[in-house]
Amino acid sequence: MIRMPRVTLDLPAIEVTDLRKRYGPVEALAGLTMTVGRGEVFGFLGPNGAGKTTTVKLLLGLARPTSGSGKVLGAQLGDLATRRRIGYLPELFRYQPWLKAREVLTLHGELMGLARSRRRPAADEALQIVGLADRAGDIVGRFSKGMQQRLGLGAALLGEPALVILDEPTSALDPVGRVDVRGIVRAAADRGAAVFLNSHLLSEVEQVCNRVAIIDHGRVVASGDLDAVLGQAETVVRVSGLSAADLPAIERFGPPTLEGDLLTIRPMDEAGVPDLVTQLVSMGARIQEVHSGRSSLEQRFLELVARDRPPAGTPSAERLR
Amino acid sequence: MLTIAKLTIGEAARRRVLWVLVILAALAVSLTAWGVASLLDGARERGLSDLEIKFAVSQVLILIAFMFGFVLVMTAAFFGSPAIATELENGIAQAMLARPLRRSSYLLGRWLGLATVIVVYAAVSGLLAIGVVGVVSGYVPPDPILPVAYLAGQALVLLSLTVLLSTRLTPIAGGAIAVVAYGLAWIAGVLGKIGLALDAPSLVNVSDASRFLLPTDALWQGVVYGLEPSFVINAAEGQFVARTSPFFAASGPPPALLAWTVIWVALVLALAVAQLRRREL
Repeated sequence: MIRMPRVTLDLPAIEVTDLRKRYGPVEALAGLTMTVGRGEVFGFLGPNGAGKTTTVKLLLGLARPTSGSGKVLGAQLGDLATRRRIGYLPELFRYQPWLKAREVLTLHGELMGLARSRRRPAADEALQIVGLADRAGDIVGRFSKGMQQRLGLGAALLGEPALVILDEPTSALDPVGRVDVRGIVRAAADRGAAVFLNSHLLSEVEQVCNRVAIIDHGRVVASGDLDAVLGQAETVVRVSGLSAADLPAIERFGPPTLEGDLLTIRPMDEAGVPDLVTQLVSMGARIQEVHSGRSSLEQRFLELVARDRPPAGTPSAERLR
Repeated sequence: MLTIAKLTIGEAARRRVLWVLVILAALAVSLTAWGVASLLDGARERGLSDLEIKFAVSQVLILIAFMFGFVLVMTAAFFGSPAIATELENGIAQAMLARPLRRSSYLLGRWLGLATVIVVYAAVSGLLAIGVVGVVSGYVPPDPILPVAYLAGQALVLLSLTVLLSTRLTPIAGGAIAVVAYGLAWIAGVLGKIGLALDAPSLVNVSDASRFLLPTDALWQGVVYGLEPSFVINAAEGQFVARTSPFFAASGPPPALLAWTVIWVALVLALAVAQLRRREL
């Protein structure tokens, strides 16, 4: 049997260690470490100014790290030849307004080193994917913002890159466009590309990403599979006629806490909910509402990001105003 | 680099810049023809000699070249000062530089594209103006290509300077600095000539330093020298008024200064590339 070398395929798409970036006194990235595998849709989340776009610029070699190291598709950060295999949609997407849509993509095909005969078919294929096939001959300057973002997405997908970096890819799109982008991202991942999705739209990330990292103040505050980051399932019951003394009786479902009329058991498997309700009723409690499931990415995100920030009204928060 | 140069020339064509330049050139050449024809009519009526007429026409040509040179330099400044700054500001450059495109290729491609447009514009309108004056008046400078080449050279010097400034400054700031520097260099050139005539070494030093820093004035001397008929040079040489005039040159720029101009452009472009490489995008 012939063994094919699979070295490059086995290497992660992105691997950075202790990446730091300072802009004067501002520390934009304070030691970022993360790995993105091939074929993975990776959600990179964070509030505005957390360091998301800085990270993307370091990955693409548009800016240089102050310290730390990293590899993209097996090559050092900023390697010129590797950029042939990277597609990028910038947050600030802007393309030559005097060119036609197809010309923008053939130009990018030329810049990325596609053979002359491949440029036009590749451009048309990308326009088809992003839904601009019928606007291929139109001047980009007359495009709406949403269409320009679609064009940028087309440029990022041109020539089937091994890594697609999308910085806020739906910021200018309507709900239909957002759904389209989800499909496009999944399709790219299906053909084996790694997708690095930089976003603050949590619902978008929740629906397409296998793994996420949440970044705040230039540091990763949580990362891993979506399930791991979201935490375990919990059950919340709005209940009256229950006291702290009753809690030991329901500990078999999970660790309970009672705050006012809200009983929370976390973690707790959803399958135990009917038994829990029966138990509570038998103890004389009156149930108004039962909610079971895990926290949404939005809740989890707020929890993680809020941990780092002083609550509103505290002296340090006041000073910031 | 050639991809970016082609793109830049395409931009000039698509944005109708080329058409505006062609129309302006046609307008300027027509006005020149009309002006020279009127001058000849008046001169012949007064019975001026052929030599006098030739002298008058050459002077008109030099004045037109001065105006045209200024327009070219301004065009170069308008082209060069936003060349890099605007594309960095609006994000067009970042999308391209995330591709396997060296920053040096991007910058030199932009320069080459704009330089091509400027040189073609200078050559077409300059030679057309000289040709039309030749047909109308019968006076053609000894070597018509040389003054046009010097005019284009002046514009290329300014283009290089503005492209360098464009890697750091906003278009307005870069353009303003370049145009003021050009004006100062021209005045320094005039002062240098007066300094030579009056034997005032400090003025000559100022002029030499200015030619070293921005070699446009040396090229202007080449333009004037190339447009003068030889009898004017012989007659005016040694005369105080002629020696101090910015519109008279007893000789073209020395080869060393021309070599320095070429080195200067190369150095300025190298500095621009270094600036762009260092810049965080």
